[in-house]
Amino acid sequence: MKIFLSILLTAILTNNYILSKFLGICPFLGVSKKLNTAVGMSAAVIFVMVLASAVTYPLNTFLENNGLGYLQTIVFILVIAALVQLVEIVLRKYIPALYNSLGIYLPLITTNCAVLGVTILNIDSGYTFWQSMVNSLGAGLGFLVAMVMFAGVRERLESCNVPKFLEGLPITLVAASLVSLSFLGFTGLVEGIFA
Amino acid sequence: MAEKKSLGHEFSKGLIKENPVLRLVLGTCPTLATTTSLESAIGMGLSAAIVLVCSNIVISALRKVIPQKVRIPCYIVVIAGFVTVVQMLVKAFLPALDQQLGVYLPLIVVNCIILGRAEAFAGKNGVVASALDGLGMGVGFTAALILMGGVRELLGAGSLLGFQILPESVPPMTIFVLAPGGFFVFGILMACANKLAERKGKPKAKLGCAGCPMAETCTVADKAACAGEKEEKDV
Repeated sequence: MKIFLSILLTAILTNNYILSKFLGICPFLGVSKKLNTAVGMSAAVIFVMVLASAVTYPLNTFLENNGLGYLQTIVFILVIAALVQLVEIVLRKYIPALYNSLGIYLPLITTNCAVLGVTILNIDSGYTFWQSMVNSLGAGLGFLVAMVMFAGVRERLESCNVPKFLEGLPITLVAASLVSLSFLGFTGLVEGIFA
Repeated sequence: MAEKKSLGHEFSKGLIKENPVLRLVLGTCPTLATTTSLESAIGMGLSAAIVLVCSNIVISALRKVIPQKVRIPCYIVVIAGFVTVVQMLVKAFLPALDQQLGVYLPLIVVNCIILGRAEAFAGKNGVVASALDGLGMGVGFTAALILMGGVRELLGAGSLLGFQILPESVPPMTIFVLAPGGFFVFGILMACANKLAERKGKPKAKLGCAGCPMAETCTVADKAACAGEKEEKDV
């Protein structure tokens, strides 16, 4: 139990996928302008991350048992792309309410490096199946936390008087740097709790 | 659109005018993640450039064979194939670099620059033009990464390529090799690039749908995500 909690907290706080691993920067900068779109996107990411890890983990075991480990990258990205399409179709057909809130973000997730990143990192870190599920959930929640925080920062930024040469994208990046700096404060926290 | 322009232009536009990182704002993840040292920045830039050139050539050669509807998955397969090749080569001959780049090496697959060029250029143009376009974009990407990696390593560790440059009396600002420093240096570089572009009368770099490979299949474009940018234009 302890190790699950430790993996979860590490993925959310100390090794936040956006702010310390730089995975999924495109949606982080692009979709974080409004709070509700940020939450919608993050929910879709959490969903796809967990699902993708659940599918790719056994597939990887199958590949490695057959000496096909080098196909990992190709297989994973294709599985993720197909999965995203499938989820979109199923949601549209059977759960239209959920489709309207999550579905529109799905096409953007295929090329989101955080999803492929988490599936590969699960394997590289040598997690068991359930550990990798928890890690994916934590990565997704970390994504949500970072998106929501940053959406708040950006809303404040809108009404600020920004120096002219920093207007637009540069000040957004500097703001992201400060948000990331605050997450640096969590370093050692998880080790401290579970020591 | 580019039929009439010379082949030299296809190459040179990626260097400065349409620099993928600083002007088109593509491939931000590897730009931030692998520029902690100059060495890994060069490694990342060159690996991505090789994949970009090869996939541009193959995709442009196959552009009449690939059905329009399933082109994105086809592009992804081609790109993933080349990424695997590069990954194996790096693992075999440059194991130290493989350690440094880690997960970001396989993640070249989802680098927007590569899919974006396949969609925007290689799928519509001839083989030679696409190869040059890929080469230009790859060199532009590498140059931007080198610039950023150089600044971060110099300020954060006081060295370049592992050689001590700053005197011992100047303490290195480690924050620059950590995550916040990455965002900060990128922001400042972006501001400089904007300033230079402004002087030439070009618009500022913007994170938009223009470079996104999923733009055409994307339904969010005019609904939610990019709505903010549209509003900005109106104001």
